[in-house]
Amino acid sequence: MQIDPQKCVACGNCVSVCPMGAISIDPAVNRARVKTDECVECYACYSGMSMERLNPTFVRTVRSLLKMIRLRFDPEPDVCPTSAIVPDELTWPRVVRRAFSDPRVTHESTGVHGRGTEEVKTNDVTKRVAVGEVGYVVEFGRPTVGVRFRDIEKMTIELARMGIEFERKNPVTHMMTDRSTGKLRDDILNEKILSAIVEFKTSIEKMNPVLRRIDEVSRSLDTVVAVGVSTRCDELGNSELDAMLTEQGFDYVRGKTNLGLGRVAVP
Amino acid sequence: MTNTLHRYGSAESLLDDFIVFAIPARGFNDAGVSEKQKAFLEIACKHDPINIGDASHGAAFRSSKDLNPLVHWRREGQRDFDAVLKSVSDPTTVAAVFDKPEKVVAFIKDLKAADLGLSINISAALDKARECARQAGIERHSVEYSLGFFGQTDRMADRQTLELSTMCGHGMLSFSFVRKLVEWVKQGRRTPEQAAVSMARFCSCGVFNTTRACRLLKGTGTFDT
Repeated sequence: MQIDPQKCVACGNCVSVCPMGAISIDPAVNRARVKTDECVECYACYSGMSMERLNPTFVRTVRSLLKMIRLRFDPEPDVCPTSAIVPDELTWPRVVRRAFSDPRVTHESTGVHGRGTEEVKTNDVTKRVAVGEVGYVVEFGRPTVGVRFRDIEKMTIELARMGIEFERKNPVTHMMTDRSTGKLRDDILNEKILSAIVEFKTSIEKMNPVLRRIDEVSRSLDTVVAVGVSTRCDELGNSELDAMLTEQGFDYVRGKTNLGLGRVAVP
Repeated sequence: MTNTLHRYGSAESLLDDFIVFAIPARGFNDAGVSEKQKAFLEIACKHDPINIGDASHGAAFRSSKDLNPLVHWRREGQRDFDAVLKSVSDPTTVAAVFDKPEKVVAFIKDLKAADLGLSINISAALDKARECARQAGIERHSVEYSLGFFGQTDRMADRQTLELSTMCGHGMLSFSFVRKLVEWVKQGRRTPEQAAVSMARFCSCGVFNTTRACRLLKGTGTFDT
């Protein structure tokens, strides 16, 4: 992402809306600038902010006059007054930043937008996770911290050492050069993204050691890791995980409940 | 819609937060699905949702690319449900946000009767979601639990900021923007309602709950509410 210096009036609105804190006003030129290496191409500034098309010279003049007499003007906080935010033409490997950061982009590997995962949201149709099994969603960089693929790789390699088999229909798995070792492509390791999800499943007996290992490895990563687990309920809607998670000290409150109303379409 | 899994807050903080969403399974039931997704949203609109959205094309609260200067004084926080309904066109996730469980129950009953064949999920406090399902005559099929955050949690924001910012789980709502608006509400420069709508515009999936946001923002002042 770029800020057009011909249009920018240094109002600073885009500074606070950037989830990565990658935008700041350069005092030398009095224009907003994007720190390219920190920008994850999430488009929060470009898509989230509303745009006006005011004349930049006029806006700068008014702002200067107000500043001179110490008057404060409260513009709408989510508006770029001169439409100065301009997307870049992205090429490989930088394009993976947008794929993993802009929720409106559909992941080519799975056909799913957002973080590109279906998890147990479609379990009533796909039967991905059965009774007696646990599905895992391990998300790196969330909430709003960001992550580089090299940190994700540290976890996938450790999980592979435990014999984990990664979900094939998953964007991170798609970036692996070797699913048996959890190795990711070398050319993306330094790319920073907003977040990405690693998915896999195990038998229910393996859940506790797997969660312990995730906790241990997470401590060595330069980011935050959000973890979710899932399972198929029995015919009465009971889940084996309720008691197991409580026993392990997880004070879970929130989650997703699949109602089982989906079905395979008849061609 | 992992987007909604890790909304931050205690059970009390989440008492008015219910998201119901429909998602097709790629390769199983995603062909020609747009009419079913549209039907989901139309049924949702009969039950007074706070917000609705199509993850590919935007939400009821959305940014505008062609404002005029009067916006700084006359901007309305209106929701545009029609824009969401008109834009549904390809396999995606469609969602509706509610603030009361009875609305969720009524919505689910209608969805069950409509028999769309899409996977329907409730993202909410798990006990409340199960209760809603049962009242609609459904036992849950599968369940996903948020176990919270591991690793360098000191890099996260404070509780108040997290409660608001994680209502866009895709991270489109920055910590600094939330902090800025919380301060503006405290300073009387914006009302809680105005601040909530400004935040909602960044969540393109339509899962930001402005009712909950207003409640949380009203609690930020030192005065009695």
